[in-house]
Amino acid sequence: MDSRNSDTITGPRSEDVLPDTATAAVKVVVVGGFGVGKTTMVGSVSEIRPLTTEETMTQAGVGVDDNVGVETKTATTVAMDFGRISLSDELILYLFGTPGQERFWFLWNGLFEGALGAVVLIDTRRLQVSFDVIGRLEERGVPFVVAVNTFPGAPHHPVEALRSALDLSDEVPMIDCDARLRASSRDVLMTLMRYLHSLAVPLA
Amino acid sequence: MSDPERLYVITGAPDGRRAALDLVTMVVAQAEPSPMVQPEQAAILRLCKAPLSVAEISAYLSLPFSVVTSLLTELLATELIESRAPIVRAALPDRSLLEAVMHGLQKL
Repeated sequence: MDSRNSDTITGPRSEDVLPDTATAAVKVVVVGGFGVGKTTMVGSVSEIRPLTTEETMTQAGVGVDDNVGVETKTATTVAMDFGRISLSDELILYLFGTPGQERFWFLWNGLFEGALGAVVLIDTRRLQVSFDVIGRLEERGVPFVVAVNTFPGAPHHPVEALRSALDLSDEVPMIDCDARLRASSRDVLMTLMRYLHSLAVPLA
Repeated sequence: MSDPERLYVITGAPDGRRAALDLVTMVVAQAEPSPMVQPEQAAILRLCKAPLSVAEISAYLSLPFSVVTSLLTELLATELIESRAPIVRAALPDRSLLEAVMHGLQKL
């Protein structure tokens, strides 16, 4: 039985409570297919154990899912994992992992609005999802970098071959990473921030 | 024995309007919970003694984002909470903000 007695709700652990000075938050989205390591990446840099927020799938979203013809009024919920990094006493970064498949794009409206940028996490064994995601981000004008999560045993493609396969322009940074490692995931975020910083420089 | 299921639904404001809240809008309680508010809203007031994002509230309450925004809209209207809007990406990125983010990441 799913019950929510408000007296028993567990909040953040005492060490996870933010200081009262925490006034400004920014967000970055990690997007990729199932099993590509989004939650692993979020978890490896997050100061809190990753949390899960849900959103209810709209009718439009349900229509493109696999349950066409199934007469049910039950709403489908989609979970998004997220983590948090306190950058200073005032500034907090939230990192959201979201599935890249087209049927989950309904989640994107609130998610990408105002986000600093995105990390497209790709699995070289399944490039199609990444291809679609990249097209969608370009349409929406969301700046992004591409991170290749290196899976043991996965074929290693040279960056230029992947760039060509993904029809990615030369300006967009690509980086290899190991999403399990904090330092590696941090480097991906740094690459994104440096890229965003370069976009702020007026072209000569 | 588990608690009885709630016999009502959370509908939010009668006119269905919701405050402009982002997943990373920070929420801080301005008052102690009173018996006048819904149990979920009392839980929010307890959770938000220190600043907490809407996403975290949603996670801890196990309620969808849309339901949480309904609850928060009422709490904002009655000034039981304060919200701090996130810094959003402008058409032209703010270099000092990005430098602050990089500085914070370097400490990880």
